[in-house]
Amino acid sequence: MSLLFLFTFAVYVLATISYQVYFWTQQEKIRSASRAVFLLAMSLHTIHLVHRYFQAGRTPITTNHEVVSFFAWSMAVAFLTFHWRYQVKNLGAFASLAITGLMTIALFSSPEIKPLPPALQSAWLPLHASIALMANAFLALAFCGGIMYLLQEREIKKRRFGIFYHRLPSLEALDKLNQHCIAVGFPLLTLGIVTGSIWAKQAWGAYWQWDPKETWSLITWLLYAALLHFRFTMGWRRRRAAIMAVIGFAAALFTLWGVSLLQEGLHAFG
Amino acid sequence: MPSVDHIMVLGVNHKVAPVEVREKLAFPQSCGSVLLEILDIDGCRECCFLSTCNRVEVYFTTPTPDTTADKVRRFLFSESGLSDADARRYSYLHQDREAIVHLFRVASSLDSMIVGEPQILGQLKAAFRGATESKTTGQLLNRLFDKSFSVAKRIRTETNIGGSAVSISYAAVQLAKKIFGDLRGKTVLLAGAGEMAELAAEHLVTQGIHEVVVANRTIERAVKLAKRFNGRAVALTELVEQLEYADILISSTGAPDLILRKKDVKPIMRRRMNSPLFLIDIAVPRDLDPKLNDLDNVYLYDIDNLKDVVEVNKAEREKEAAKAERIVAEETIKFLHWLDSMAVAPTIRDLQKKAHAIRQAELERTLPRLQNLSTKERKAVEAMTNALVSKLLAAPIQYLKSDEMLQGKGAPLDAIRKVFGLDEGGG
Repeated sequence: MSLLFLFTFAVYVLATISYQVYFWTQQEKIRSASRAVFLLAMSLHTIHLVHRYFQAGRTPITTNHEVVSFFAWSMAVAFLTFHWRYQVKNLGAFASLAITGLMTIALFSSPEIKPLPPALQSAWLPLHASIALMANAFLALAFCGGIMYLLQEREIKKRRFGIFYHRLPSLEALDKLNQHCIAVGFPLLTLGIVTGSIWAKQAWGAYWQWDPKETWSLITWLLYAALLHFRFTMGWRRRRAAIMAVIGFAAALFTLWGVSLLQEGLHAFG
Repeated sequence: MPSVDHIMVLGVNHKVAPVEVREKLAFPQSCGSVLLEILDIDGCRECCFLSTCNRVEVYFTTPTPDTTADKVRRFLFSESGLSDADARRYSYLHQDREAIVHLFRVASSLDSMIVGEPQILGQLKAAFRGATESKTTGQLLNRLFDKSFSVAKRIRTETNIGGSAVSISYAAVQLAKKIFGDLRGKTVLLAGAGEMAELAAEHLVTQGIHEVVVANRTIERAVKLAKRFNGRAVALTELVEQLEYADILISSTGAPDLILRKKDVKPIMRRRMNSPLFLIDIAVPRDLDPKLNDLDNVYLYDIDNLKDVVEVNKAEREKEAAKAERIVAEETIKFLHWLDSMAVAPTIRDLQKKAHAIRQAELERTLPRLQNLSTKERKAVEAMTNALVSKLLAAPIQYLKSDEMLQGKGAPLDAIRKVFGLDEGGG
């Protein structure tokens, strides 16, 4: 593992701890500190990715280590873009935890740089993979929002005010987070599938071959499509949207890893 | 023996009885007839009846505390269906000093569910006004209630208890913000046009609520209240349809039954596209079906639930409350002095009356026998007897008025009365 990656990981861990401390103490000073540390971690991460790009001579997005690391980086970007536009109290505590979780998986995956088989060498690969991972990043953020929504809603519904009522934002704000992230994540997911399909045509001569990964990405896509559809037609908002965001993300994660674990397909990362 | 009656309070509040018990005691609005019925109870001399969401209390005076209290309790619980043992368990009875302390604490909102909330004083004043209008209060309760209002005022100005006061309506606003984020553009529907609902609505309007709709049984009151908030008035029968467009419902009707059930709201939620609905039930007995809370995106709170919301500034409020308790203790002592002087005053009066009656009688017997007296001499005799009486009485009256007596540490009043034979008929 490169020193830079280890260092990046350590700073992410620090930011996460800091966000947790803020969550419990609710002191503004700690919040600013957390954000600064998080920004530093993301900058280091960006440098690491650029460095690896030159090291590998290609976009570092093919091995499991690279994919997960890129995923984490995308999520950090998604979190910050959201952060600048809306105030969602204590989202950092949850998002940073998820990002550090991803980074931990990357930490334990082999960082070895593998040569790409000639069939996969195409400009479509980095395009398809990065778009798909960006989509996952926004869906992951929607997942965080969904969990927060369900925690907050539980306290309001049960009228038992524990640790979350005062710390989490309003249900409305969390529902907006959900809506925003899926509104960005879903088109990206669509684009990821389309670019993948074009690439497949180029590499294997067919747009769609129903390999398990393709099938599962379609299932994920359908789940989110249903959520969006019913949000506008039948008012699947709030609680139901939060549950769907959690389920949808589970499907997205399964598409990313589960399929590869179960079966060796075209998408299996080394 | 004309000594002063005992001051009593018997009641239930949110501390001793759950809302299920309290709502069984809710009396219909005709306060006057309740007061007269209480006054009819054996041994009850004066009475005042207070009924709010959180408490039902009877203040009364009586020379026979134990037996009368039992009868008052039986009356209070007569419609509740609770056993006598339960009635005792869920109610409290305070006498004399404790009753005075209790009223002072109630008036100054120290006994409120949310300490410092301002509504209770208004409710207490209204209850007292009702009692004076029905002429069920007398010297003791008039003085006691007047005093309690000034104690409340003193506490409000000398402590910060009202400053950090968080009323139920405040708690409701806080919760509404947790559900809706921003309250601008939201609509609140008031079912029932009670004072409490009005207060909550006022609070919400200052937070930017867009529209207030008032649904009331009598449309006149609805119109009047709606006008205050630039809102709309509808009939109570339209409640369910109106719910489709509302975000918050505050229900405070005096209806004996539930006015909104789960099956009424379920289809509405579909038409509302599941946008959340915050239901606040401040009525006793309850207006809203507790099962409503099972519906998705519906949040139902009754008064007891709301108190859990506000935890802010608890430590500070407790400090101010301690200051307020000190004022209550001070004022209670002052009131007790007055009470004691009330007991002493008739004794002094009786003593003087008796002495002068004796003097008069003796003069009337003696003067006719002394025929040769000039007017001047006659005047001298009268002055002499008068001085005799006054000088004899000076010491006992001074003693009766002494601090020792006022603080209740002197000789027992009935012993003094016996010594002078004040209670023997005719004298």
